[in-house]
Amino acid sequence: MILVFVETDGQGATETSREALTFAREIAERSGDDALNAVLVGPMSSDGTDVILQQLGEAGVSVVHRAQDERLSAYCAAAWAASVVDAAQATAARVIVATGTPRGSEIMAHLATRLDVQMAANVVAVDETNPLTVSRQVMGGSALEEMRLNSQPAVMTVAGHATEPTPAGQPTTPEVVVFSPTLSDADLVARVARSEVSQVDDTAALTGARVVVGAGRGAGGADGFADLLELTELLGGVLGVSRVVTSLGWRPHHEQVGQTGSRISPDVYLACGISGAIQHWAGCSSAKTIIAINTDPDAPMVTKAHYAVIGDLHEVVPAINEELRQRLG
Amino acid sequence: MTNVLVCIKRVPETSGQILLSDDAQTIDGRHVGYTVSPHEECAVELAIQVARGTDGEATVLTVGSEESVAQLRDAIAVGCSAAVLVEADIDRFGPADVAEAIAGVVKEHEAAGTPFDLILLGNDAADTGDFQVGVRLAYQLGRPVVTGISTVEVLGDRVVARGDGPDGIEVFELPLPAVVAIQEGGIEPRYPSVPGRMKAKRTPVETVTPEIEPVGSGRVRLKLPPQQPSNVEVLGEGADAAPAVVDLLVKIGVVSR
Repeated sequence: MILVFVETDGQGATETSREALTFAREIAERSGDDALNAVLVGPMSSDGTDVILQQLGEAGVSVVHRAQDERLSAYCAAAWAASVVDAAQATAARVIVATGTPRGSEIMAHLATRLDVQMAANVVAVDETNPLTVSRQVMGGSALEEMRLNSQPAVMTVAGHATEPTPAGQPTTPEVVVFSPTLSDADLVARVARSEVSQVDDTAALTGARVVVGAGRGAGGADGFADLLELTELLGGVLGVSRVVTSLGWRPHHEQVGQTGSRISPDVYLACGISGAIQHWAGCSSAKTIIAINTDPDAPMVTKAHYAVIGDLHEVVPAINEELRQRLG
Repeated sequence: MTNVLVCIKRVPETSGQILLSDDAQTIDGRHVGYTVSPHEECAVELAIQVARGTDGEATVLTVGSEESVAQLRDAIAVGCSAAVLVEADIDRFGPADVAEAIAGVVKEHEAAGTPFDLILLGNDAADTGDFQVGVRLAYQLGRPVVTGISTVEVLGDRVVARGDGPDGIEVFELPLPAVVAIQEGGIEPRYPSVPGRMKAKRTPVETVTPEIEPVGSGRVRLKLPPQQPSNVEVLGEGADAAPAVVDLLVKIGVVSR
């Protein structure tokens, strides 16, 4: 049995969780048509449950284990992991999978520690099913590590956007098993005490945009975005940035494109001053046309792009803006 | 007074092209520089801020080769007051081994009457990206843990930790002693001062050898992602390429004229 910890939001199972389900189903199929189960922990509206069950059925999940305890309403990694441990032990799970989000990674780390087994983070492929050998991203995605999971159950997180969520050949109507997890006081110490509202978080504009202007380290600083923002406006697009830009505090996190940010699929992606690390590529590779502007002709973003301009974005982008202004009148 | 232990890891700079060693067990480190990850630079900064704010001490620790002393000295140069090298062949150590080695040092300091109230680590190492050493360490020590934290603040016998959650900023309040794994982005690490660098050269590094039979990481080999052949069409160089870019945008249909 393969058990997937599924994260949910207001709309149902998250996109990366549906990717993890697809990934887990492929392991199940390759290792002799094993059963696929899901475990849900945390708050859920009754409307949301129907959507989630339908999504899990489409993904081929046969049984959904739903932890019920009011103490799980606030996020608490240890308690949520304790719940997943209970579901894993009740079903004798062979493999436990989550998505490589901050929560998925944190919960799987607790789970692997509690079960005293290895954990493989950010897995992108299964190389062998017996013994289970996976490839996972290391060095920030610049290299892969082939890792053997000797201990059982095998615990892993799947790298964001490593696979596309696809429906199972045979959709199911999952059975729902509600269970009360065993929680100790110690499990509940590190829970979210309260939430604070962060700044405007408009990721929907980015994921749905037809034109995205991307900016990376080449922008040079927080004050290096004026021309890029003008280009974005002239094209009626949305600005998206690489991880280094948000890490350095040049732009807010919600503008980030990549494995730990949004995945975009615009008609055109203009990647300006972005080297194109795998982490970023995971979020932008679905763009129909990619135009890279970069000083380095060997940068991965340039070699993977459809079109490229070799040059400094601070010279190229103003020239494009000028050309656009002339033609648009 | 809060005594803070901050754990760092010497890692290769991976912004450029990576080469693997002949046996593909590690990366070829002959032509690369070494550093610590941005998460850990932020953890060091937070450790210094917490220690100074409470008249405590910030101690920096690493598990690794003797060469890791360079990274320990960098942390002293910005304000840590003591350093511990847990000397080990890091390639043979998996995340559970690293956690056990750190826990050994923490327990020894506790027994010696110089306990650490707060332990900070980076959220994940820049090279192995395991996402689990902090959690495993906390379980070894029986302490609460949170990961993905941007800022920490010690208020009496509690630490208030803030990090990005799916619906805004999540605030955790943990009783000390506690373990917190830091994600970059919450604060700006400081640069070393000249007196700081001088002090870093003089500060002795406590070296310990862990008595651990490592279970290892499960690594079979490293490999580089397959290179796709490039089909890029270069539109031009510099500002002169602007008309060609706009022509293309018109052709694709995102610019109406």
